[in-house]
Amino acid sequence: MKDTPLSNCERDFLLKAIEEKKRLDGRQTYDYRKMKIRFGTDYGCCFVDLGKTKVMAQVSCELVAPKDSRPNEGIMFFNIELSPMASPAFEQGRQSELSVKLNRQLERCLRNSKCIDTESLCVVSGEKVWQIRVDVHMLNHDGNLMDAASIAAITALCHFRRPDVGIQGEEVTVYNPEERDPIPLSIYHMPISVSFAFFQQGTYLLVDPCEREERVMDGLLMIAMNKHREICSIQSSGGIMLLKEQVMRCSKIASVKVSEITELISKALENDKKARKAGERCGFAESMPQERITALKTEEASVEMTDVTERANDILQNAEAPPQSVPSPVVPVPGVGQVGQGLQNTWGLQEDDEDEEEENDNSGEEKEDRAVQMKEDKSEKPESRGGDVVEISDSEEEEVVILNP
Amino acid sequence: MFSSLKSKIGQVLLPGDEFSFQTDETISLTGPTKQEKVVCGPGLRRSGDRLLVCKSGVLRHKAPNMFWMDSQQRRYVAVKGEAVIGIITVKSGDVFKVDFGGSEQASLSYLAFEGATKRNRPNVQVGDLVFAQFVVANKDMEPELVCVDSSGRANGMGVFGGGGLLFNVSLGLVRRLLAPHSDVLKDLQQLFPCELVVGMNGRLWVKSSSLQRTLIIANLLQSCDTMTAPQRQQLFKRVAQGAL
Repeated sequence: MKDTPLSNCERDFLLKAIEEKKRLDGRQTYDYRKMKIRFGTDYGCCFVDLGKTKVMAQVSCELVAPKDSRPNEGIMFFNIELSPMASPAFEQGRQSELSVKLNRQLERCLRNSKCIDTESLCVVSGEKVWQIRVDVHMLNHDGNLMDAASIAAITALCHFRRPDVGIQGEEVTVYNPEERDPIPLSIYHMPISVSFAFFQQGTYLLVDPCEREERVMDGLLMIAMNKHREICSIQSSGGIMLLKEQVMRCSKIASVKVSEITELISKALENDKKARKAGERCGFAESMPQERITALKTEEASVEMTDVTERANDILQNAEAPPQSVPSPVVPVPGVGQVGQGLQNTWGLQEDDEDEEEENDNSGEEKEDRAVQMKEDKSEKPESRGGDVVEISDSEEEEVVILNP
Repeated sequence: MFSSLKSKIGQVLLPGDEFSFQTDETISLTGPTKQEKVVCGPGLRRSGDRLLVCKSGVLRHKAPNMFWMDSQQRRYVAVKGEAVIGIITVKSGDVFKVDFGGSEQASLSYLAFEGATKRNRPNVQVGDLVFAQFVVANKDMEPELVCVDSSGRANGMGVFGGGGLLFNVSLGLVRRLLAPHSDVLKDLQQLFPCELVVGMNGRLWVKSSSLQRTLIIANLLQSCDTMTAPQRQQLFKRVAQGAL
């Protein structure tokens, strides 16, 4: 489905507002939207909300053979999914330009910066290494998917625990999480990407553009940095010409933002660790506010009570006797049979009924006789049910042969 | 059935609730029997001799015999006669294609403007906002819009939109804004003067004396969607006092 087109009136209004330094939701030029980080029940599952943009990252690991060129290093694999759930402009299955761009940016930000010690992921050099796979799913697109994806990915990697491995000579044992506590990945630093949107050929810039602002922007500058003020990746798209001073200014802003975001991530990880230690239930379901209906009320209905006893007695007298209750009522419905020790074997009866219906009326009587005889046989011998083999056939024989073991 | 419907006015009903024609009332053989006619609006459907609820919401009533379900949703389905705000997407030959938020785009003929002839084409560009009403809107055909009413006059419809802001709200808020003696509109009028175009497809266009005021009104309308009346009045009062 195609996305709603942007009207000229909206574009003009947004550009005029940016010239007057006003944003649609009242933020300042360098403000981020409200950011929330939550974790799921498994280790390595992280949800990030950036305003209305929602992103989920999940980390998983697997033992595989290493690459030939690097026999003693683990493998990192990143994948960003843009599903139509995030925006009607995304199509399922097709690798759109945006999807390729986001994947490439995330790989450069996390893999090329060597934020994870891949040598510690090696189990048996040349044969078995851990492959860490990070899947990022976009749940809602309201602008600035790249920042949200990078925060979710690095937080999920910090949160993840891989199974412990024991090596004794030639034997390698992978322990269950129940046997031995899983160990966290060794992460050197946390690269976080900050996006800057440029308008009017680089005159105005905005941090963390929302979806409307992204539509009218001229170009985007993405700077990935860690809290030690090391730039991990810089990417400029849209073909705008930027001056040296502008790029320096952006990197200064980025370092401030990255230190704030890193602090938020560490706090979230701390809280989650404390919650898990205290045995509290943690996870996605718990972080949603519980809106339960705790009372079901209807208004009082007025009931006439003057002659209740008389009417009740009348009803009791006129009512029939209640049906006999059977301890375990058995209702043979057509198509359902039951076989078992102690219970009535109804398979034969069912087949006989079907045979009766199929046959002509001429031979119907014969079948009925046989059916009656079989029913009698069955009712006579309920105990030896298990050993009996009852032969049921479509033949015209009058006699029924019951074989005893 | 009229009485059973009347007893449920104002209550929340769910799809699957039904009203049947067979009631416990006895029909007198001597007196004259009134012919009950019930007009079902959106959300109610007749199936045989029962009236089924097919949308969850509150049952509303308008004298003498109109009933409908008042439900909340954001996705718009085209209905004949409703006036919507559309965005021109394609200008091809004699016909414009307009996006109004539905499953497909509607067509708008260039002759359907006031004073438009084959020689005198209307001045409409791709990306313009247009306020139009549906003449054809059913599930089997492509929807069609016109910018004139039945007598050929514009009556407020046509191209518009310089300098304002377009945004989306839920269909419930739009209906509340367009209702006669609307509370929301009265509260809004006490704030500051503004120009407001309301499209039944959930789109609103607002323009006020300054950019800041336009932004304030847009944000207020988007947030008062889910508020109760006293909360909304409190919010508007706070803004009026702290207004720049």
